[in-house]
Amino acid sequence: MSAALARIIAEHAGLEGPMLPILHAVQAEFGCVDAAAEAAIALALNLSRAEVHGVVSFYHDFTAKPDPRPHVQLCRAEACQARGVEALVPAAKAAAASRVRLSAVYCLGLCSAGPAARLGDTLHARLDAEALARLIAAA
Amino acid sequence: MTVVRISDDALALACGADAVAAAFAKAGCAVERVSSWGMHWLEPLIEIGGTGFGFATPDDVGAILAGTSAKAIGAIAEHPFIARQHRLSFARAGKTRPLNLSDYAATGGWAGLTRARSLPPGDVVDAVTASGLRGRGGAGFPAGIKWRTVAQAAGPRKYVVCNADEGDSGTFADRMLMEGDPFQLLEGMAIAAHAVGAGQGYIYVRSEYPHAIAKLRAAIALAAPIIAPFRVEVRVGAGAYVCGEETSLLNSLEGKRGEVRAKPPLPAIAGLFGCPTAVNNVLTLAAVPHILSAGGAGAYAALGMERSRGTMPIQLAGNIRHGGLFEAPFGITLGELVHDIGGGTASGRPVKAVQVGGPLGAYIPPERFDLRFDYEAYAGADALIGHGGVVVFDESADMRQMARFAMEFCAAESCGKCTPCRIGSKRGVELIDRIGRLTPADAVATLPQMRNAAKLPRTPQDDLALLEDLCEVMKLGSLCALGGFTPYPVLSALKHWPEDFT
Repeated sequence: MSAALARIIAEHAGLEGPMLPILHAVQAEFGCVDAAAEAAIALALNLSRAEVHGVVSFYHDFTAKPDPRPHVQLCRAEACQARGVEALVPAAKAAAASRVRLSAVYCLGLCSAGPAARLGDTLHARLDAEALARLIAAA
Repeated sequence: MTVVRISDDALALACGADAVAAAFAKAGCAVERVSSWGMHWLEPLIEIGGTGFGFATPDDVGAILAGTSAKAIGAIAEHPFIARQHRLSFARAGKTRPLNLSDYAATGGWAGLTRARSLPPGDVVDAVTASGLRGRGGAGFPAGIKWRTVAQAAGPRKYVVCNADEGDSGTFADRMLMEGDPFQLLEGMAIAAHAVGAGQGYIYVRSEYPHAIAKLRAAIALAAPIIAPFRVEVRVGAGAYVCGEETSLLNSLEGKRGEVRAKPPLPAIAGLFGCPTAVNNVLTLAAVPHILSAGGAGAYAALGMERSRGTMPIQLAGNIRHGGLFEAPFGITLGELVHDIGGGTASGRPVKAVQVGGPLGAYIPPERFDLRFDYEAYAGADALIGHGGVVVFDESADMRQMARFAMEFCAAESCGKCTPCRIGSKRGVELIDRIGRLTPADAVATLPQMRNAAKLPRTPQDDLALLEDLCEVMKLGSLCALGGFTPYPVLSALKHWPEDFT
């Protein structure tokens, strides 16, 4: 087990229900929760590896492999659809190509000012094709 | 020095508020970052001495300070969008700095908690019951009755859990409250803890709300001595919509897959770690400090209609000209919300449909705009008010596509525990794709030994009947509201816009 992983597990050991806080910290530190991390967490929490894998694979936020590309999340829920996000998708995909990870998110809570997107912890609203292309290019 | 007030709400930031704030600071102004007024079409909204300037950019700074800006909207508090509201939960919106304890105390903060703690817990529960407050997360369950159940349940310890997993599209009131007035939520939770006898509280916030998470953590650090001995911790969700369902949320808090639990037992009896737990939505808890202030319960109960008492923070979203947060007593009609207050569609085209209550809410046609905002009135119209999100669509909306999306969303977000939701939604997507295309009978079905199978191609009528049948099964057979309410958008689209399904 890496020192960073051991530190993360130790830091959260005193919490009630430490699993999700640990997984978030591992995902943030390593960019993924891989099989080795799952095994270490299982050992620390006295669970089977299957149980930990079950949790990791249930949630969209945890990934098995790291993806170092910049990540743009485009809201494609109803309110942004009503404001025309679907028409922006083909151009956004083309702009992202393989350099940027473009994924759909279901609601950023900016529903009166869509289409909206998130890059890291920065939010962007009132996007049109041009603004979205600029956002992806600068990601 | 000129004091300039600019919101630091996530929506204002997404619209460029930071750059505008920096430009005012550079011009020598004292910039105060406050909560948002909720007039989202005007963000970034600048306030100087009560006067507003909407849709500001850094280039407007000079003209605004010189008093020559064409973006002036007059006194913000007298703007029709604000003046028409009856703000209780959002009384501080736009007026206070979210993390400033003296701002909070100066605007009546902690009065409810102080009074609640001077009363026996049973009297606090009675006050909440008397106010008529119902669960604002969507189910509309009377909050006082839930609290009484928790208070009377036996357990080694008890919890207060705040459901801040606001995943519904078209809703942002929880987010605005957590970012704009986090102390009010903590005060509400501390009152709940006193009423039910809990020592620990959790706020489960979705990971899509990084700003709310940061604000809450900072607020807890500041308010810890005030709410003590009650303790609160923020827990972050992990992108699962279904975790907004209370039993799934509890599983997630415990560190398990966010799968729904069968009820009973109710969480009030056996909730988090098997202990009695009061699970309440952000807006429910945030309404409590007002109710517990002197005379608050009676004042709250005096508002509203029928069995829906008090106010509802309604969120105007989607293709609407004046989108934002509108808190009003129950009873307001959908037509008033969309046309009088919202100003119709942002695109200027006629309204085709309005989805009320998030992804699981029904699509309502303009013919039903007389519908009054009330839990029972909506239920009677095969619709739901849910968390109070109102999403407007113009005539370009394809209702078949929206019905398909509802099923697709359910399939993607189903926790997988019950069959009607997990499989039904998948079949629902396929079925909606197939309607109108003459599907030949299946090769196996036409074999002579398959005596009971259909031998003729399926007609659109057959498929529509099958879709209605499927929706019936999902409605009655699903464990929770995800599978159980997905039929609402599907069936309402089918009922009101059959022409889109040909």
